[in-house]
Amino acid sequence: MLQVLAKEFSSFLNSLIAYVVIGVFLTGIGLLMWVFPETSVLDYGYADMDTLFSLGPYVFIFLIPAITMRSFAEEKKAGTMELLMTKPLSDWDVILGKFLATFCLVLIALVPTILYYTSVYSLGNPAGNVDTAGITGSYIGLCLLGGVFCSVGIFASSITPNQIVAFIVAAFLCFILFTGFESLATLNVWSANALMIKQLGIEYHYESLSKGLVDSRDILYFISVIFLLLSATKLILGSRQW
Amino acid sequence: MSLQIRNLTKVYGQQYAVNNISFEVAAGEIVGFLGPNGAGKSTTMKIATCYLPPTEGEVYVGGHNVVDNAMEAKRITGYLPEHNPLYLDMYVHEYLGFIGKLYGLSGNTLRQQVGEMVERCGLTREQNKKIETLSKGYRQRVGLAQALIHNPKVLILDEPTSGLDPNQLVEIRKLIKDISRDKTVIFSTHIMQEVQALCNRVVVINRGNIVADDTVEHLLQTQQSNVVVIAEFEKDVTAEQLQQLPEVISVQSLDTFKFKVVAAQGVDIRPALFRFAADNNLSLIGLKQEESSLENIFHSLTAQSPVEHNQN
Repeated sequence: MLQVLAKEFSSFLNSLIAYVVIGVFLTGIGLLMWVFPETSVLDYGYADMDTLFSLGPYVFIFLIPAITMRSFAEEKKAGTMELLMTKPLSDWDVILGKFLATFCLVLIALVPTILYYTSVYSLGNPAGNVDTAGITGSYIGLCLLGGVFCSVGIFASSITPNQIVAFIVAAFLCFILFTGFESLATLNVWSANALMIKQLGIEYHYESLSKGLVDSRDILYFISVIFLLLSATKLILGSRQW
Repeated sequence: MSLQIRNLTKVYGQQYAVNNISFEVAAGEIVGFLGPNGAGKSTTMKIATCYLPPTEGEVYVGGHNVVDNAMEAKRITGYLPEHNPLYLDMYVHEYLGFIGKLYGLSGNTLRQQVGEMVERCGLTREQNKKIETLSKGYRQRVGLAQALIHNPKVLILDEPTSGLDPNQLVEIRKLIKDISRDKTVIFSTHIMQEVQALCNRVVVINRGNIVADDTVEHLLQTQQSNVVVIAEFEKDVTAEQLQQLPEVISVQSLDTFKFKVVAAQGVDIRPALFRFAADNNLSLIGLKQEESSLENIFHSLTAQSPVEHNQN
Protein backbone atom coordinates (compact mmCIF):
# COMPACT_ATOMS: atom_id res chain seq x y z
CA MET A 1 0.00 0.00 0.00
CA LEU A 2 2.81 2.38 0.85
CA GLN A 3 4.40 1.87 -2.56
CA VAL A 4 1.11 2.72 -4.26
CA LEU A 5 0.72 5.76 -2.01
CA ALA A 6 4.25 6.93 -2.80
CA LYS A 7 3.79 6.39 -6.51
CA GLU A 8 0.43 8.20 -6.66
CA PHE A 9 1.76 11.14 -4.65
CA SER A 10 4.87 11.34 -6.83
CA SER A 11 2.70 11.41 -9.91
CA PHE A 12 0.72 14.32 -8.43
CA LEU A 13 3.96 16.18 -7.87
CA ASN A 14 5.42 15.20 -11.26
CA SER A 15 2.44 16.51 -13.15
CA LEU A 16 0.82 19.89 -12.63
CA ILE A 17 -2.01 18.41 -10.57
CA ALA A 18 -0.64 19.07 -7.10
CA TYR A 19 0.50 22.60 -7.87
CA VAL A 20 -2.65 23.67 -9.67
CA VAL A 21 -4.96 22.21 -7.01
CA ILE A 22 -3.11 23.70 -4.08
CA GLY A 23 -2.59 26.97 -5.92
CA VAL A 24 -6.21 27.35 -7.00
CA PHE A 25 -7.52 26.39 -3.58
CA LEU A 26 -5.31 28.77 -1.65
CA THR A 27 -5.72 31.59 -4.13
CA GLY A 28 -9.50 31.22 -4.13
CA ILE A 29 -9.84 30.97 -0.36
CA GLY A 30 -7.29 33.70 0.16
CA LEU A 31 -9.14 36.09 -2.10
CA LEU A 32 -12.45 35.26 -0.51
CA MET A 33 -11.12 35.65 3.00
CA TRP A 34 -9.03 38.78 2.66
CA VAL A 35 -9.90 40.64 -0.52
CA PHE A 36 -13.50 40.50 -1.63
CA PRO A 37 -15.65 42.81 0.50
CA GLU A 38 -18.71 40.56 0.91
CA THR A 39 -16.76 37.71 2.45
CA SER A 40 -13.61 39.32 3.72
CA VAL A 41 -12.71 39.03 7.41
CA LEU A 42 -11.30 42.55 7.38
CA ASP A 43 -14.62 44.06 6.29
CA TYR A 44 -16.68 41.77 8.48
CA GLY A 45 -15.14 43.14 11.62
CA TYR A 46 -15.42 40.01 13.74
CA ALA A 47 -12.45 37.76 14.41
CA ASP A 48 -13.53 34.46 12.97
CA MET A 49 -12.75 32.25 9.97
CA ASP A 50 -16.27 31.50 8.87
CA THR A 51 -15.45 32.26 5.26
CA LEU A 52 -12.94 29.44 5.06
CA PHE A 53 -15.19 26.92 6.73
CA SER A 54 -18.41 27.83 4.95
CA LEU A 55 -16.96 28.27 1.48
CA GLY A 56 -14.16 25.70 1.72
CA PRO A 57 -16.45 22.69 1.22
CA TYR A 58 -17.85 24.22 -1.98
CA VAL A 59 -14.36 24.71 -3.35
CA PHE A 60 -13.62 21.11 -2.38
CA ILE A 61 -16.70 19.94 -4.27
CA PHE A 62 -15.12 20.82 -7.56
CA LEU A 63 -11.43 20.48 -6.69
CA ILE A 64 -11.32 17.05 -5.06
CA PRO A 65 -13.16 15.23 -7.87
CA ALA A 66 -10.63 16.87 -10.20
CA ILE A 67 -7.77 15.21 -8.30
CA THR A 68 -9.44 11.83 -7.96
CA MET A 69 -11.03 11.47 -11.40
CA ARG A 70 -7.92 9.92 -12.86
CA SER A 71 -7.15 7.50 -10.03
CA PHE A 72 -8.88 4.42 -11.42
CA ALA A 73 -10.29 5.73 -14.69
CA GLU A 74 -6.87 6.36 -16.15
CA GLU A 75 -5.60 2.97 -15.06
CA LYS A 76 -8.46 1.32 -16.87
CA LYS A 77 -8.01 3.40 -20.00
CA ALA A 78 -4.25 2.93 -20.17
CA GLY A 79 -4.42 -0.77 -19.37
CA THR A 80 -2.22 -0.43 -16.30
CA MET A 81 -5.04 -1.96 -14.27
CA GLU A 82 -3.89 -5.28 -15.66
CA LEU A 83 -0.38 -4.50 -14.50
CA LEU A 84 -1.49 -3.64 -10.95
CA MET A 85 -3.89 -6.55 -10.61
CA THR A 86 -1.25 -9.11 -11.59
CA LYS A 87 1.21 -7.89 -8.97
CA PRO A 88 1.10 -9.27 -5.40
CA LEU A 89 -1.10 -6.39 -4.26
CA SER A 90 -4.46 -6.79 -2.65
CA ASP A 91 -7.37 -4.64 -3.83
CA TRP A 92 -7.35 -2.85 -0.47
CA ASP A 93 -3.67 -1.99 -0.90
CA VAL A 94 -4.44 -0.22 -4.15
CA ILE A 95 -7.60 1.52 -2.91
CA LEU A 96 -6.09 2.71 0.36
CA GLY A 97 -2.89 3.79 -1.37
CA LYS A 98 -4.80 5.97 -3.80
CA PHE A 99 -7.17 7.31 -1.17
CA LEU A 100 -4.40 8.26 1.23
CA ALA A 101 -2.38 9.92 -1.53
CA THR A 102 -5.34 12.13 -2.43
CA PHE A 103 -6.11 12.80 1.23
CA CYS A 104 -2.52 13.83 1.91
CA LEU A 105 -2.70 16.28 -0.98
CA VAL A 106 -5.87 17.81 0.47
CA LEU A 107 -4.28 18.09 3.91
CA ILE A 108 -1.20 19.76 2.42
CA ALA A 109 -3.50 22.22 0.69
CA LEU A 110 -5.10 23.04 4.04
CA VAL A 111 -1.88 23.49 6.03
CA PRO A 112 -1.08 27.03 4.77
CA THR A 113 -4.49 28.21 5.99
CA ILE A 114 -3.13 27.98 9.53
CA LEU A 115 -1.45 31.23 8.59
CA TYR A 116 -4.91 32.75 8.27
CA TYR A 117 -5.66 31.60 11.79
CA THR A 118 -2.53 33.22 13.18
CA SER A 119 -3.36 36.42 11.27
CA VAL A 120 -6.91 36.59 12.62
CA TYR A 121 -5.56 35.75 16.07
CA SER A 122 -3.19 38.69 16.05
CA LEU A 123 -5.74 41.02 14.42
CA GLY A 124 -8.21 40.37 17.20
CA ASN A 125 -8.94 43.06 19.75
CA PRO A 126 -7.39 42.18 22.16
CA ALA A 127 -5.04 39.78 20.36
CA GLY A 128 -6.29 36.26 20.83
CA ASN A 129 -9.96 37.23 20.89
CA VAL A 130 -10.85 34.35 18.62
CA ASP A 131 -12.84 31.17 19.18
CA THR A 132 -9.87 28.77 19.02
CA ALA A 133 -11.90 25.75 20.08
CA GLY A 134 -14.48 26.43 17.43
CA ILE A 135 -11.83 26.87 14.80
CA THR A 136 -10.06 23.68 15.85
CA GLY A 137 -13.32 21.77 15.59
CA SER A 138 -13.97 23.32 12.22
CA TYR A 139 -10.55 22.30 10.95
CA ILE A 140 -11.15 18.74 12.07
CA GLY A 141 -14.52 18.86 10.30
CA LEU A 142 -13.00 20.26 7.12
CA CYS A 143 -10.26 17.64 7.04
CA LEU A 144 -12.73 14.81 7.55
CA LEU A 145 -15.02 16.34 4.95
CA GLY A 146 -12.07 16.39 2.58
CA GLY A 147 -11.56 12.72 3.38
CA VAL A 148 -15.16 11.88 2.57
CA PHE A 149 -14.96 13.78 -0.72
CA CYS A 150 -11.75 11.90 -1.60
CA SER A 151 -13.46 8.57 -1.01
CA VAL A 152 -16.41 9.68 -3.14
CA GLY A 153 -13.99 10.65 -5.89
CA ILE A 154 -12.14 7.32 -5.71
CA PHE A 155 -15.42 5.45 -5.87
CA ALA A 156 -16.67 7.48 -8.84
CA SER A 157 -13.38 6.89 -10.65
CA SER A 158 -13.67 3.15 -10.19
CA ILE A 159 -17.09 2.83 -11.82
CA THR A 160 -16.10 4.23 -15.22
CA PRO A 161 -13.05 4.41 -17.50
CA ASN A 162 -14.13 7.89 -18.58
CA GLN A 163 -12.54 10.62 -16.46
CA ILE A 164 -15.16 13.26 -17.25
CA VAL A 165 -17.98 10.99 -16.12
CA ALA A 166 -15.97 10.20 -12.99
CA PHE A 167 -15.57 13.92 -12.25
CA ILE A 168 -19.23 14.75 -12.73
CA VAL A 169 -20.48 11.78 -10.74
CA ALA A 170 -18.04 12.60 -7.93
CA ALA A 171 -18.95 16.28 -7.84
CA PHE A 172 -22.64 15.48 -7.87
CA LEU A 173 -22.35 12.88 -5.11
CA CYS A 174 -20.26 15.25 -3.00
CA PHE A 175 -22.87 17.95 -3.39
CA ILE A 176 -25.73 15.60 -2.52
CA LEU A 177 -23.90 14.28 0.51
CA PHE A 178 -23.04 17.76 1.72
CA THR A 179 -26.19 19.81 1.22
CA GLY A 180 -28.65 17.43 -0.35
CA PHE A 181 -29.86 15.89 2.86
CA GLU A 182 -30.51 19.28 4.45
CA SER A 183 -32.74 20.18 1.54
CA LEU A 184 -34.40 16.76 1.50
CA ALA A 185 -35.24 17.12 5.18
CA THR A 186 -37.34 20.23 4.45
CA LEU A 187 -39.84 18.23 2.39
CA ASN A 188 -43.24 17.91 4.07
CA VAL A 189 -43.59 14.22 3.22
CA TRP A 190 -41.36 13.04 6.01
CA SER A 191 -41.28 16.01 8.39
CA ALA A 192 -41.46 13.60 11.31
CA ASN A 193 -38.08 12.16 10.38
CA ALA A 194 -36.51 15.44 9.35
CA LEU A 195 -33.79 15.28 11.98
CA MET A 196 -32.75 11.76 11.04
CA ILE A 197 -32.52 12.69 7.36
CA LYS A 198 -30.44 15.73 8.23
CA GLN A 199 -28.12 13.52 10.22
CA LEU A 200 -27.44 11.43 7.14
CA GLY A 201 -25.85 14.43 5.49
CA ILE A 202 -22.39 15.88 6.05
CA GLU A 203 -23.50 19.44 6.82
CA TYR A 204 -25.19 18.49 10.08
CA HIS A 205 -22.10 16.84 11.45
CA TYR A 206 -19.84 19.51 10.05
CA GLU A 207 -21.81 22.26 11.78
CA SER A 208 -21.81 20.20 14.95
CA LEU A 209 -18.02 19.93 14.92
CA SER A 210 -17.71 23.66 14.19
CA LYS A 211 -19.26 24.46 17.54
CA GLY A 212 -16.00 23.40 19.14
CA LEU A 213 -17.08 20.24 20.87
CA VAL A 214 -15.53 17.27 19.14
CA ASP A 215 -18.30 14.70 19.46
CA SER A 216 -17.33 11.11 18.71
CA ARG A 217 -20.64 10.58 16.90
CA ASP A 218 -19.61 13.13 14.30
CA ILE A 219 -16.12 11.67 13.90
CA LEU A 220 -17.64 8.21 13.60
CA TYR A 221 -20.04 9.46 10.96
CA PHE A 222 -17.25 10.71 8.74
CA ILE A 223 -15.17 7.58 9.21
CA SER A 224 -18.18 5.37 8.47
CA VAL A 225 -18.95 7.19 5.23
CA ILE A 226 -15.33 6.90 4.13
CA PHE A 227 -15.30 3.21 4.99
CA LEU A 228 -18.61 2.64 3.18
CA LEU A 229 -17.47 4.31 -0.02
CA LEU A 230 -14.09 2.58 -0.06
CA SER A 231 -15.83 -0.76 0.52
CA ALA A 232 -18.09 -0.01 -2.41
CA THR A 233 -14.94 0.65 -4.45
CA LYS A 234 -13.52 -2.70 -3.33
CA LEU A 235 -16.74 -4.35 -4.45
CA ILE A 236 -16.50 -2.74 -7.87
CA LEU A 237 -12.85 -3.76 -8.26
CA GLY A 238 -13.57 -7.27 -7.07
CA SER A 239 -16.39 -7.70 -9.57
CA ARG A 240 -13.92 -8.68 -12.27
CA GLN A 241 -13.53 -11.97 -10.42
CA TRP A 242 -17.23 -12.88 -10.54
CA MET B 1 8.16 -24.38 -10.63
CA SER B 2 5.70 -25.44 -13.26
CA LEU B 3 2.61 -24.16 -14.94
CA GLN B 4 -0.34 -26.53 -15.11
CA ILE B 5 -3.53 -25.81 -16.98
CA ARG B 6 -6.34 -28.34 -16.43
CA ASN B 7 -9.62 -28.32 -18.32
CA LEU B 8 -9.60 -24.56 -18.56
CA THR B 9 -12.71 -22.96 -20.04
CA LYS B 10 -13.54 -19.28 -20.36
CA VAL B 11 -16.91 -18.29 -21.71
CA TYR B 12 -18.03 -14.78 -22.66
CA GLY B 13 -21.78 -14.93 -23.06
CA GLN B 14 -22.21 -17.57 -25.73
CA GLN B 15 -18.65 -17.49 -26.99
CA TYR B 16 -16.05 -19.97 -25.78
CA ALA B 17 -12.84 -17.96 -25.74
CA VAL B 18 -11.03 -20.97 -24.27
CA ASN B 19 -12.65 -24.36 -24.56
CA ASN B 20 -11.53 -27.04 -22.13
CA ILE B 21 -7.78 -26.81 -22.73
CA SER B 22 -5.14 -28.67 -20.77
CA PHE B 23 -1.39 -28.55 -20.98
CA GLU B 24 1.60 -28.31 -18.75
CA VAL B 25 4.91 -26.48 -18.80
CA ALA B 26 7.50 -28.21 -16.65
CA ALA B 27 10.17 -26.36 -14.69
CA GLY B 28 13.03 -25.27 -16.92
CA GLU B 29 11.03 -25.56 -20.14
CA ILE B 30 10.44 -22.85 -22.70
CA VAL B 31 7.12 -23.30 -24.45
CA GLY B 32 5.94 -21.32 -27.42
CA PHE B 33 2.24 -20.54 -27.43
CA LEU B 34 1.11 -20.16 -31.02
CA GLY B 35 -2.21 -19.31 -32.50
CA PRO B 36 -3.96 -16.91 -34.83
CA ASN B 37 -5.32 -13.67 -33.41
CA GLY B 38 -8.38 -14.28 -31.31
CA ALA B 39 -7.46 -17.90 -30.63
CA GLY B 40 -7.42 -17.52 -26.86
CA LYS B 41 -3.70 -17.08 -26.10
CA SER B 42 -4.00 -13.81 -24.22
CA THR B 43 -7.12 -14.97 -22.39
CA THR B 44 -5.28 -18.06 -21.19
CA MET B 45 -2.36 -15.95 -20.03
CA LYS B 46 -4.63 -13.46 -18.25
CA ILE B 47 -6.21 -16.33 -16.36
CA ALA B 48 -2.81 -17.79 -15.49
CA THR B 49 -1.71 -14.42 -14.07
CA CYS B 50 -4.84 -14.08 -11.91
CA TYR B 51 -6.24 -11.15 -13.86
CA LEU B 52 -9.35 -12.98 -15.13
CA PRO B 53 -11.25 -15.76 -13.38
CA PRO B 54 -11.75 -19.05 -15.24
CA THR B 55 -15.31 -20.12 -15.99
CA GLU B 56 -14.30 -23.73 -15.40
CA GLY B 57 -11.09 -25.63 -14.78
CA GLU B 58 -7.95 -24.88 -12.81
CA VAL B 59 -4.60 -23.30 -13.35
CA TYR B 60 -1.66 -23.99 -11.05
CA VAL B 61 1.38 -21.74 -11.12
CA GLY B 62 4.25 -23.28 -9.16
CA GLY B 63 1.73 -25.44 -7.39
CA HIS B 64 -0.46 -22.50 -6.34
CA ASN B 65 -4.03 -22.35 -7.58
CA VAL B 66 -4.56 -19.00 -9.29
CA VAL B 67 -8.01 -18.55 -7.76
CA ASP B 68 -7.41 -19.79 -4.20
CA ASN B 69 -3.73 -18.83 -3.74
CA ALA B 70 -3.57 -15.84 -6.01
CA MET B 71 -1.07 -13.88 -3.90
CA GLU B 72 1.52 -16.65 -3.83
CA ALA B 73 1.03 -17.32 -7.52
CA LYS B 74 1.51 -13.64 -8.36
CA ARG B 75 4.70 -13.42 -6.29
CA ILE B 76 6.53 -16.00 -8.36
CA THR B 77 5.22 -14.88 -11.74
CA GLY B 78 6.70 -12.39 -14.12
CA TYR B 79 4.14 -11.14 -16.63
CA LEU B 80 4.46 -9.02 -19.75
CA PRO B 81 0.90 -8.16 -20.84
CA GLU B 82 -0.14 -7.95 -24.46
CA HIS B 83 -0.15 -4.19 -24.97
CA ASN B 84 2.68 -3.59 -22.51
CA PRO B 85 0.89 -1.11 -20.25
CA LEU B 86 3.29 1.25 -18.53
CA TYR B 87 3.06 4.32 -16.33
CA LEU B 88 4.15 6.79 -18.97
CA ASP B 89 4.70 9.67 -16.59
CA MET B 90 7.29 7.79 -14.55
CA TYR B 91 11.00 7.62 -15.19
CA VAL B 92 12.48 4.24 -16.14
CA HIS B 93 14.45 3.92 -12.91
CA GLU B 94 11.50 5.10 -10.84
CA TYR B 95 9.17 2.65 -12.53
CA LEU B 96 11.45 -0.35 -12.13
CA GLY B 97 12.03 0.65 -8.49
CA PHE B 98 8.28 0.81 -7.90
CA ILE B 99 7.70 -2.62 -9.43
CA GLY B 100 10.62 -4.06 -7.48
CA LYS B 101 9.19 -2.71 -4.21
CA LEU B 102 5.83 -4.28 -5.00
CA TYR B 103 7.60 -7.63 -5.07
CA GLY B 104 9.20 -6.96 -1.70
CA LEU B 105 12.66 -5.92 -2.89
CA SER B 106 14.26 -3.08 -0.99
CA GLY B 107 17.47 -1.24 -0.27
CA ASN B 108 20.62 -2.54 -1.87
CA THR B 109 19.01 -5.62 -3.39
CA LEU B 110 16.51 -3.41 -5.17
CA ARG B 111 19.15 -1.05 -6.46
CA GLN B 112 21.24 -3.98 -7.68
CA GLN B 113 18.34 -5.64 -9.42
CA VAL B 114 17.22 -2.41 -11.09
CA GLY B 115 20.78 -1.81 -12.30
CA GLU B 116 21.07 -5.36 -13.58
CA MET B 117 17.75 -5.22 -15.40
CA VAL B 118 18.63 -1.88 -16.98
CA GLU B 119 21.87 -3.39 -18.27
CA ARG B 120 20.51 -6.72 -19.44
CA CYS B 121 17.59 -5.16 -21.29
CA GLY B 122 19.78 -2.59 -22.96
CA LEU B 123 18.23 0.42 -21.24
CA THR B 124 21.46 2.00 -19.99
CA ARG B 125 21.19 5.07 -22.16
CA GLU B 126 17.47 5.50 -21.57
CA GLN B 127 17.33 4.83 -17.85
CA ASN B 128 16.84 8.44 -16.79
CA LYS B 129 14.17 9.29 -19.28
CA LYS B 130 10.44 9.38 -18.83
CA ILE B 131 8.81 6.31 -20.29
CA GLU B 132 6.56 8.39 -22.53
CA THR B 133 9.64 9.66 -24.37
CA LEU B 134 10.82 6.17 -25.27
CA SER B 135 10.22 4.50 -28.61
CA LYS B 136 8.11 1.34 -28.83
CA GLY B 137 11.11 -0.95 -28.80
CA TYR B 138 12.52 0.58 -25.64
CA ARG B 139 9.12 0.53 -23.97
CA GLN B 140 8.96 -3.17 -24.76
CA ARG B 141 12.30 -3.59 -23.05
CA VAL B 142 11.04 -1.74 -19.98
CA GLY B 143 8.06 -4.08 -19.95
CA LEU B 144 10.37 -7.05 -20.11
CA ALA B 145 12.57 -5.61 -17.37
CA GLN B 146 9.63 -5.23 -14.99
CA ALA B 147 8.64 -8.84 -15.68
CA LEU B 148 12.12 -10.06 -14.77
CA ILE B 149 13.11 -7.74 -11.94
CA HIS B 150 12.14 -9.99 -9.07
CA ASN B 151 13.74 -13.04 -10.64
CA PRO B 152 10.46 -14.92 -11.02
CA LYS B 153 10.31 -18.70 -11.32
CA VAL B 154 7.55 -18.53 -13.92
CA LEU B 155 7.61 -16.15 -16.88
CA ILE B 156 4.47 -15.47 -18.86
CA LEU B 157 5.18 -13.24 -21.84
CA ASP B 158 2.45 -12.14 -24.21
CA GLU B 159 4.11 -11.29 -27.55
CA PRO B 160 7.37 -10.14 -25.98
CA THR B 161 8.99 -9.25 -29.30
CA SER B 162 6.17 -7.28 -30.85
CA GLY B 163 7.31 -3.93 -32.18
CA LEU B 164 11.03 -4.65 -32.06
CA ASP B 165 13.35 -4.07 -34.98
CA PRO B 166 15.43 -6.99 -36.33
CA ASN B 167 18.47 -6.08 -34.23
CA GLN B 168 16.48 -5.76 -31.04
CA LEU B 169 14.71 -9.02 -31.83
CA VAL B 170 17.99 -10.89 -31.72
CA GLU B 171 19.01 -9.23 -28.46
CA ILE B 172 15.72 -9.88 -26.72
CA ARG B 173 15.62 -13.48 -27.89
CA LYS B 174 19.11 -13.95 -26.51
CA LEU B 175 18.00 -12.32 -23.27
CA ILE B 176 14.99 -14.63 -22.97
CA LYS B 177 17.21 -17.62 -23.68
CA ASP B 178 19.76 -16.58 -21.04
CA ILE B 179 17.23 -15.61 -18.41
CA SER B 180 15.18 -18.73 -18.78
CA ARG B 181 17.83 -21.24 -17.86
CA ASP B 182 16.21 -22.24 -14.60
CA LYS B 183 12.77 -20.82 -15.12
CA THR B 184 9.49 -21.93 -16.59
CA VAL B 185 8.75 -19.77 -19.60
CA ILE B 186 5.71 -19.56 -21.79
CA PHE B 187 5.49 -16.92 -24.45
CA SER B 188 3.09 -16.26 -27.27
CA THR B 189 4.20 -15.17 -30.70
CA HIS B 190 3.40 -15.17 -34.38
CA ILE B 191 7.04 -15.39 -35.50
CA MET B 192 7.99 -18.94 -36.39
CA GLN B 193 11.74 -18.36 -36.34
CA GLU B 194 11.41 -17.36 -32.71
CA VAL B 195 9.67 -20.58 -31.84
CA GLN B 196 12.30 -22.62 -33.63
CA ALA B 197 15.14 -20.62 -32.07
CA LEU B 198 13.91 -20.54 -28.49
CA CYS B 199 11.41 -23.23 -27.67
CA ASN B 200 11.65 -26.81 -26.59
CA ARG B 201 7.95 -27.25 -27.12
CA VAL B 202 5.13 -25.65 -28.98
CA VAL B 203 1.45 -25.46 -28.06
CA VAL B 204 -0.81 -24.39 -30.89
CA ILE B 205 -4.26 -23.07 -30.11
CA ASN B 206 -7.01 -22.26 -32.57
CA ARG B 207 -10.43 -20.80 -31.70
CA GLY B 208 -10.10 -21.81 -28.06
CA ASN B 209 -8.96 -25.37 -28.68
CA ILE B 210 -5.49 -26.88 -28.53
CA VAL B 211 -4.64 -28.31 -31.95
CA ALA B 212 -1.05 -29.33 -31.24
CA ASP B 213 1.17 -29.82 -28.20
CA ASP B 214 4.52 -31.24 -29.21
CA THR B 215 8.24 -30.65 -29.52
CA VAL B 216 9.27 -28.58 -32.51
CA GLU B 217 11.15 -31.44 -34.23
CA HIS B 218 8.35 -33.90 -33.79
CA LEU B 219 5.83 -31.44 -35.12
CA LEU B 220 7.96 -30.76 -38.20
CA GLN B 221 8.34 -34.47 -38.83
CA THR B 222 4.77 -35.60 -38.42
CA GLN B 223 2.55 -32.69 -39.34
CA GLN B 224 3.60 -31.61 -42.77
CA SER B 225 1.42 -33.60 -45.12
CA ASN B 226 1.43 -31.90 -48.47
CA VAL B 227 4.35 -31.17 -50.74
CA VAL B 228 4.57 -27.62 -52.05
CA VAL B 229 6.50 -26.66 -55.18
CA ILE B 230 6.93 -23.16 -56.59
CA ALA B 231 7.07 -23.28 -60.39
CA GLU B 232 7.80 -20.26 -62.54
CA PHE B 233 7.37 -20.19 -66.30
CA GLU B 234 8.44 -17.59 -68.81
CA LYS B 235 5.03 -17.27 -70.49
CA ASP B 236 1.89 -18.92 -71.81
CA VAL B 237 0.75 -20.98 -68.85
CA THR B 238 -2.47 -20.92 -66.88
CA ALA B 239 -3.35 -22.41 -63.50
CA GLU B 240 -6.00 -24.59 -65.11
CA GLN B 241 -3.41 -26.26 -67.32
CA LEU B 242 -1.30 -27.16 -64.29
CA GLN B 243 -4.37 -28.37 -62.42
CA GLN B 244 -4.85 -30.99 -65.12
CA LEU B 245 -1.61 -32.73 -64.23
CA PRO B 246 -2.04 -35.98 -62.30
CA GLU B 247 -1.34 -35.92 -58.55
CA VAL B 248 -1.71 -32.15 -58.33
CA ILE B 249 -4.04 -31.28 -55.43
CA SER B 250 -4.24 -27.54 -55.95
CA VAL B 251 -2.63 -24.69 -57.83
CA GLN B 252 -2.38 -21.12 -56.55
CA SER B 253 -1.32 -18.23 -58.71
CA LEU B 254 1.46 -16.15 -57.09
CA ASP B 255 2.30 -14.01 -60.09
CA THR B 256 1.34 -13.98 -63.79
CA PHE B 257 3.33 -17.12 -64.61
CA LYS B 258 4.42 -18.18 -61.10
CA PHE B 259 2.46 -20.86 -59.31
CA LYS B 260 2.33 -22.67 -56.00
CA VAL B 261 1.60 -26.30 -56.78
CA VAL B 262 0.49 -28.60 -53.94
CA ALA B 263 0.77 -32.36 -54.18
CA ALA B 264 0.23 -35.16 -51.65
CA GLN B 265 2.86 -36.22 -49.09
CA GLY B 266 5.73 -38.13 -50.58
CA VAL B 267 4.95 -37.20 -54.20
CA ASP B 268 7.70 -35.38 -56.11
CA ILE B 269 5.77 -33.30 -58.61
CA ARG B 270 8.87 -31.62 -60.04
CA PRO B 271 9.63 -34.18 -62.81
CA ALA B 272 5.97 -34.00 -63.91
CA LEU B 273 6.15 -30.22 -64.09
CA PHE B 274 9.39 -30.37 -66.06
CA ARG B 275 7.91 -32.85 -68.53
CA PHE B 276 4.81 -30.71 -68.83
CA ALA B 277 6.96 -27.73 -69.76
CA ALA B 278 8.98 -29.78 -72.22
CA ASP B 279 5.91 -31.36 -73.85
CA ASN B 280 4.26 -27.98 -74.35
CA ASN B 281 7.41 -26.17 -75.45
CA LEU B 282 7.38 -23.86 -72.45
CA SER B 283 10.36 -22.30 -70.69
CA LEU B 284 10.48 -23.39 -67.06
CA ILE B 285 12.62 -20.76 -65.36
CA GLY B 286 12.14 -21.70 -61.72
CA LEU B 287 11.36 -24.93 -59.86
CA LYS B 288 11.70 -25.05 -56.05
CA GLN B 289 10.38 -27.46 -53.46
CA GLU B 290 9.47 -25.74 -50.21
CA GLU B 291 10.98 -27.16 -47.06
CA SER B 292 8.53 -28.41 -44.49
CA SER B 293 8.29 -25.38 -42.23
CA LEU B 294 6.59 -24.41 -39.05
CA GLU B 295 4.75 -21.69 -40.90
CA ASN B 296 3.10 -24.20 -43.22
CA ILE B 297 2.26 -26.40 -40.27
CA PHE B 298 0.74 -23.37 -38.57
CA HIS B 299 -1.35 -22.70 -41.66
CA SER B 300 -2.55 -26.26 -41.95
CA LEU B 301 -3.38 -26.50 -38.24
CA THR B 302 -5.17 -23.19 -38.00
CA ALA B 303 -6.43 -22.33 -41.48
CA GLN B 304 -10.17 -21.84 -41.68
CA SER B 305 -10.36 -23.05 -45.31
CA PRO B 306 -8.24 -25.04 -47.84
CA VAL B 307 -4.83 -23.75 -48.98
CA GLU B 308 -5.86 -22.54 -52.43
CA HIS B 309 -8.21 -19.93 -50.98
CA ASN B 310 -5.57 -18.31 -48.76
CA GLN B 311 -4.81 -14.77 -49.75
CA ASN B 312 -1.12 -14.77 -48.69
